[in-house]
Amino acid sequence: MKGVARQVLPPVILLVALVALWQAAVAAWRIPAFVLPGPAAIGEQFRTYAGPIGSAAAVTGRNAAIGLIVGAVLGILLAVVAALVRSIDVLAEPLVAALSVVPIVALAPVLYSMYGAASEQARVIVAALAVFVPVYVNTLRGLRQVRPVHRDLMRSLAARPAQVARTVTVPTAVPFVFTGLRLASSLAVISAIVAEYFGGPRSGIGSFITTAAAGSNYAQAWAYVLGGIAVGLVFYGATSVAEHLVARRSGP
Amino acid sequence: MSHAVSAGHDERAAAVVATGVTRVFRDGAREVHALAAVDLRVAAGEFVSLIGPSGCGKSTLLRLIADLDTPTSGTLAVFGRSPREARLARDYGIAFQQAGLLPWRTVRANVELPLALAGVGRGGRRERADELLHLVGLTDFSDHHPDQLSGGMQQRVAIARALAESPSLLLMDEPFGALDEMTREHLQSQLLRIAAETKAAVVFVTHSIPEAAFLSDRVVVMSARPGRIRTAVPVSLDRAVAGAGPDAADELRNAPAFFEAVATVREALRGGHGDALGVDAP
Repeated sequence: MKGVARQVLPPVILLVALVALWQAAVAAWRIPAFVLPGPAAIGEQFRTYAGPIGSAAAVTGRNAAIGLIVGAVLGILLAVVAALVRSIDVLAEPLVAALSVVPIVALAPVLYSMYGAASEQARVIVAALAVFVPVYVNTLRGLRQVRPVHRDLMRSLAARPAQVARTVTVPTAVPFVFTGLRLASSLAVISAIVAEYFGGPRSGIGSFITTAAAGSNYAQAWAYVLGGIAVGLVFYGATSVAEHLVARRSGP
Repeated sequence: MSHAVSAGHDERAAAVVATGVTRVFRDGAREVHALAAVDLRVAAGEFVSLIGPSGCGKSTLLRLIADLDTPTSGTLAVFGRSPREARLARDYGIAFQQAGLLPWRTVRANVELPLALAGVGRGGRRERADELLHLVGLTDFSDHHPDQLSGGMQQRVAIARALAESPSLLLMDEPFGALDEMTREHLQSQLLRIAAETKAAVVFVTHSIPEAAFLSDRVVVMSARPGRIRTAVPVSLDRAVAGAGPDAADELRNAPAFFEAVATVREALRGGHGDALGVDAP
């Protein structure tokens, strides 16, 4: 417990000190709200709009979660296929390389016109595409990490392909899959929020940030940003917990 | 195929019979003759070491016996069957230079791995793993993970794993190569004891002359490029006492027969001629 306190306490103290400094600076130099509102004003707005921020966070979180799951499942499945079938890997490699340099949120306006302005579908697709790339790349790398000595061992033990996969290939790949998922979980939230900047229904964190900022409600915009940070932290935390649970049983 | 193989012996009983085995690796247009026309016979229960300079094909020969690789020409028999049949029947246990333990499994689960793959039930696996861990002196470490063990202990786990299905042939590819001299000598004594207890034939690849002389009934000396067998040196030591304790093993290492064997093997490794050398050579 003492170790935890030593780990957790310093960053919390630093955070509180920075917020206090921020408040003091805003008050001392009378910084106008459109430049930077004080944390007290943002906190006040956050409390006032707790309900709307909560439901906006739920919408964005839902889009990001569906995108994360769909993109991760597709990424893992396709990586498994590419690891098994060499020709698919060769075919997919340039496509994935291309996909990884496309700023995927740039697709949002196109997708809005495809699915209609009232649909959340475009945001889910943007998140899923953003998730797919790191999950696919890391999973495929992980599936290729089986050490030659382990391959020889399994062959000497006359292990069937399914046994090799279960006892060696998958446990070797799992930590790599989670590296991909950790990258992907924050990408999912970022993509879901940024996709909302480009239009679509006024429902998620991103749409309300733009609306509030456009209406000169700067402290309110920041309160929604706070909501976005909360969604990001929840996703990061959930992935870390999942990684911890799985790694204890199968990771190296 | 026309080579006569030790007439008078029952060939089916032999652990390994290699006849005119050749292995050529193709590296682009270049051909590398790793093994050229190798004839070798290892009797059941016999301890044979393969020794030679790096690149002499000793590991290649071991991999061919294990069916981890296939010969370019020639035939191999393991207990009278093809290496592939022998592998599928799990006739041999193998230990590599790297212990090659699965880091996410406990020591016990690593030893149980061959049994689990063969479909042995939980109770049977547990009982056998207990025996094996006792045999290699690691009972107290059964619930540890490999990264918590020293290199020597990991190698002992790998040997226990190789013995899991009580094979009558043990293939070992420089298993003690990465260990310090003290650990190495200790494990050599243990291996002798284990080989005596299990009555398994052993094919042991090494580049250490004393190791080969100490362990083997016969030291097969190989030469490089192309890899072929230069000669075989029989070593007669009373190894039954070696497992008794460190003193007995030390005594064996001080025996005149041991020094004689070391000198003969060294001579055979140095001499560039293909003639067979007797044990009485200088």
